Amino acid sequence: MFKDIIGTINSWTGAKKSRYRAKNRLQLVLAHDRAGVNPELIQKMRQEIIEVVSRYLDIDVEEMEFSIQSNDRITSLSANLPIKKIKRGNTKET
Amino acid sequence: MSRVIVITSGKGGVGKTTITANLGTAVAQLGKKVCLIDADFGLRNLDLLLGLEQRVVYTIIDALSGECTLEKAIVKDKRTPGLHLLPAAQNRTKDAITPEQMKEVIEQLSPNFDYIFVDCPAGIEMGFRNAIVAAQEALIVTTPEVAAVRDADRVVGLLESENMKSIRLIVNRLRPEMVQMDEMISVEDIMDLLVIPLIGIVPDDKRIITSSNRGEPLVLSEEESLPGMAIKNIAQRLDGVEVPYLDLMASQDTLFTRIRRFFGFSGK
Repeated sequence: MFKDIIGTINSWTGAKKSRYRAKNRLQLVLAHDRAGVNPELIQKMRQEIIEVVSRYLDIDVEEMEFSIQSNDRITSLSANLPIKKIKRGNTKET
Repeated sequence: MSRVIVITSGKGGVGKTTITANLGTAVAQLGKKVCLIDADFGLRNLDLLLGLEQRVVYTIIDALSGECTLEKAIVKDKRTPGLHLLPAAQNRTKDAITPEQMKEVIEQLSPNFDYIFVDCPAGIEMGFRNAIVAAQEALIVTTPEVAAVRDADRVVGLLESENMKSIRLIVNRLRPEMVQMDEMISVEDIMDLLVIPLIGIVPDDKRIITSSNRGEPLVLSEEESLPGMAIKNIAQRLDGVEVPYLDLMASQDTLFTRIRRFFGFSGK
């Protein structure tokens, strides 16, 4: 808990310090390396996921987040797709 | 039977060969029979760092081709009883030897030594395959730099997929004063990122360079040095003795940093 607070304070005060930049950049690049996928592939997957989800839901494309994360050597894909509204009667129209 | 340990890093220039030379010497100083194998074919340097370059007559390739026996190719280090070197060939390419041949050589050596350390070449190609094939344990050497940590992670991934039994981390060339100013990633940061257990931290020191100039591993020096002690501690830990980590921050302490540490704002 106390460590968390210090971590947060450090990340405010140390935002410009190169140590934190290095660690953040490494976290991202290692997650991608471990997943073994290239950025184009991710981009393509992202577009296809948007396509599928948009058929059923009205999502906020501007606000969405799509990332590969890694914790304790387990890599996961997480997509955060904010919903504007649920499309009604969609199935009848198409 | 010997413990076969590969020392690897992915990225070149992080101090793999220096660590191998010093760690091998330090383990031999504990009274163990040690053989160091230079697996960096075409770019051999381990003999040079050990100061044995004038005594290399045959190499592992000569032993494999039958030009000499394996025993004849091994160079004994006269300064450190128990320390032996099996040199790599300098004039052949990395593909001059196959993983099967390497395994054969190590199996032949195994009954005669307590420890066999394999100094792995940089990269993840054939030379890497050769170096890891017979090892049960791996020591990953990295420095607190983004490129070195990234490549170390690649290597850890490859070793895990090869079912390496034990993978441990050595952080080399740490500069505590830079970590304290938050201008270098810390050992804890590296452990967070790589998620493998630590076995040693070696601080950056100009004596590493002067000792390599002389061809005398730092651990042989009578004068105590932080990196020398750090490597001797790694040797002990490898051999199963629990040794506390050196306080590398101590030499940098000022009143300000002590107050910072007291309140928990430390680089640790």
